[in-house]
Amino acid sequence: MWDYTDKVKDHFFNPRNVGVIEDADGVGEVGSLACGDSLKLMFKLDQDGKIADAKFQTFGCGSAIATSSVLTEMIKGKTLEEAEQLTNKDIADYLGGLPEQKMHCSVMGYEALQAAIENHRSGGTKTRQLEGKVICTCFGVTEKEIEHVVRENNLETVEDVTNYCKAGGGCRSCHSDIEMIIAKVRGTSEQAVATTEQSDAPAAAKPLTNIQKIKLIEQTLNQQIRPALQVDGGDLELIDVIGDKVVIAFRGMCAHCNVAEFTMTEVVEKKLREFVSPQIVVEEHKQ
Amino acid sequence: MKNIYLDNNATTRTAEEVVEEMLPYLTEYYGNASSMHSFGGQIRHKIDRSRQQVADLLGCNADEIIFTSGGTESDNAAIRGVFESRNQKPHIVTTRVEHPAVRDTCRQLQKQGHYLTELPVDNSGRLDLNELDKAITDDTAMVSVMYANNETGVIFPIEEIARIVKNKGCVFHTDAVQAAGKIPINLNKLPADLLSISGHKLHGPKGVGVLYVRRGTHLNPLITGGHQEWGRRAGTENVPAIIGLGKACELAQKNMYEENNRVKEMRDRLENALTQKCPDSRINGDSKSRLPNTTNISFEYIEGEAILLMLDQSGIAASSGSACTSGSLEPSHVLRAMGVPFTAVHGSVRFSLSRYNTDEEIDYVIRELPGMIERLREISPFTKTAERNTL
Repeated sequence: MWDYTDKVKDHFFNPRNVGVIEDADGVGEVGSLACGDSLKLMFKLDQDGKIADAKFQTFGCGSAIATSSVLTEMIKGKTLEEAEQLTNKDIADYLGGLPEQKMHCSVMGYEALQAAIENHRSGGTKTRQLEGKVICTCFGVTEKEIEHVVRENNLETVEDVTNYCKAGGGCRSCHSDIEMIIAKVRGTSEQAVATTEQSDAPAAAKPLTNIQKIKLIEQTLNQQIRPALQVDGGDLELIDVIGDKVVIAFRGMCAHCNVAEFTMTEVVEKKLREFVSPQIVVEEHKQ
Repeated sequence: MKNIYLDNNATTRTAEEVVEEMLPYLTEYYGNASSMHSFGGQIRHKIDRSRQQVADLLGCNADEIIFTSGGTESDNAAIRGVFESRNQKPHIVTTRVEHPAVRDTCRQLQKQGHYLTELPVDNSGRLDLNELDKAITDDTAMVSVMYANNETGVIFPIEEIARIVKNKGCVFHTDAVQAAGKIPINLNKLPADLLSISGHKLHGPKGVGVLYVRRGTHLNPLITGGHQEWGRRAGTENVPAIIGLGKACELAQKNMYEENNRVKEMRDRLENALTQKCPDSRINGDSKSRLPNTTNISFEYIEGEAILLMLDQSGIAASSGSACTSGSLEPSHVLRAMGVPFTAVHGSVRFSLSRYNTDEEIDYVIRELPGMIERLREISPFTKTAERNTL
């Protein structure tokens, strides 16, 4: 059953400010259909530079819609400098709290607002781009975004991070990366790095024969990648190894699951470079 | 406030007749069926009668029926039981659309070193029987394929599947939790070795289920520590629940005709009206071979949890395959295995009816739902600029 506050329910059943501002001064779009929620936030400024009107369109669950609605109420009458100060926590608090697994809705609101302000400052040219290294390829979440939610909300576990920004909620192959980021932000990074280096990595010190290389590639795929894919009903096959070129084919769900710019191929390549050889290039086999 | 329950694949209302039958065993008849005295002995007879009622529904012998704590235990007992018995073969074949009770159990075995093949399904949720045939090798110990799917209601051609598996000499298990009580099952004709059912899916109590074990099947018990159920499932019997389940099976048998006619008519009317009144909606699953009570409809551009919240406010209970209702961030593995586009998976709603539903209730849903879909689409950014099937 839903653990929503009366305020969340009110904003879901009676959402405020739904719609489009045709001549908006700032537009921020975050999320996607594939991820299960998406928010488009628009605002119009008055002559004093305060937000005179704000509207939204949202695809998503009850709390995503309620968060969007409440966000438009919160920013009206504020200057951009004031609005910029809002955190995801402020949005959640304003709603009387959100269930833990739904905190990512408040983060989506925060990100849409930041994107809309940036869009305005760039004169309407800039749309939201993924900045920096993408950690979670299933939901397209970057290192920067993960660092931000960890710092802002004092998060401690991978599960927390998943609740707040969805990172790690798909194939799970990025869980160790998320752990490293948490450790880094919380200032325990050296320890974390040290233990990882010891535990994993059958890293290759001397040159490998071709057979050894194929074996190591297979071993890495089997141990590092396939279990995570299979959890999600997917799989991958090694088609060919030509020098440093590794050809793979995705099976089942993994064949469809990727965020436009970042594919699973990159995840596989990263792992193979880490465990087999830094020269590896991964190509996807297309039928 | 209305209370229209259309989530019968999740659980069902316990039939009044079932509750009545159970009550004395929660009060005055509290004996232990294993006791020597007649206080316990009379309980033994009642359990035997229940066993016969279940056997009658399934078309098998009473001594092939083992009572368990539910469908999940039955699935676990079947799959683990085969791999822990004298079987030495390492391979199991199942499908991508199984209930987690089967899916996760098989994956657990895979982690322990067994080999697993999960067969894909097509866009309508159907299996390719040639692929099944090819997947079975000399290493295959067992095949587990569900009778009917809980999310879409799609019924697999289980007799044909069982014959393919038996021809290759493997053990065949089927999770019939959703099929039992809704469509006729006849183990006289169906060569399955193991079959699971659950009490609370057919208007019986929760906490009780059945594992059918064909005579001669080698199976190690999952739960040990007593001689109950011929040593195949230890532990003092859950007497009231077992008696309730027996009664529920008897009632299911009696109501089978109604289920396949009146309930089916209501389901058909509901899905026809909704798909007509709501543009950009689609039915998920093979409509030619489907449980009579289930329909799974996707409404594009909107999200399932939001639809359920609106339905709930109007007193209508249904469920969804969307990510937000799954308790994880991942939407339904069944719809995704069928290649249903993300846009449609997130906006999927399952209605599952029972004999307790009325025409008035269905009319009410047909009246209320299209407006809700409309309202949510007005909020959605994708409604007008919809680019479909790009994912």
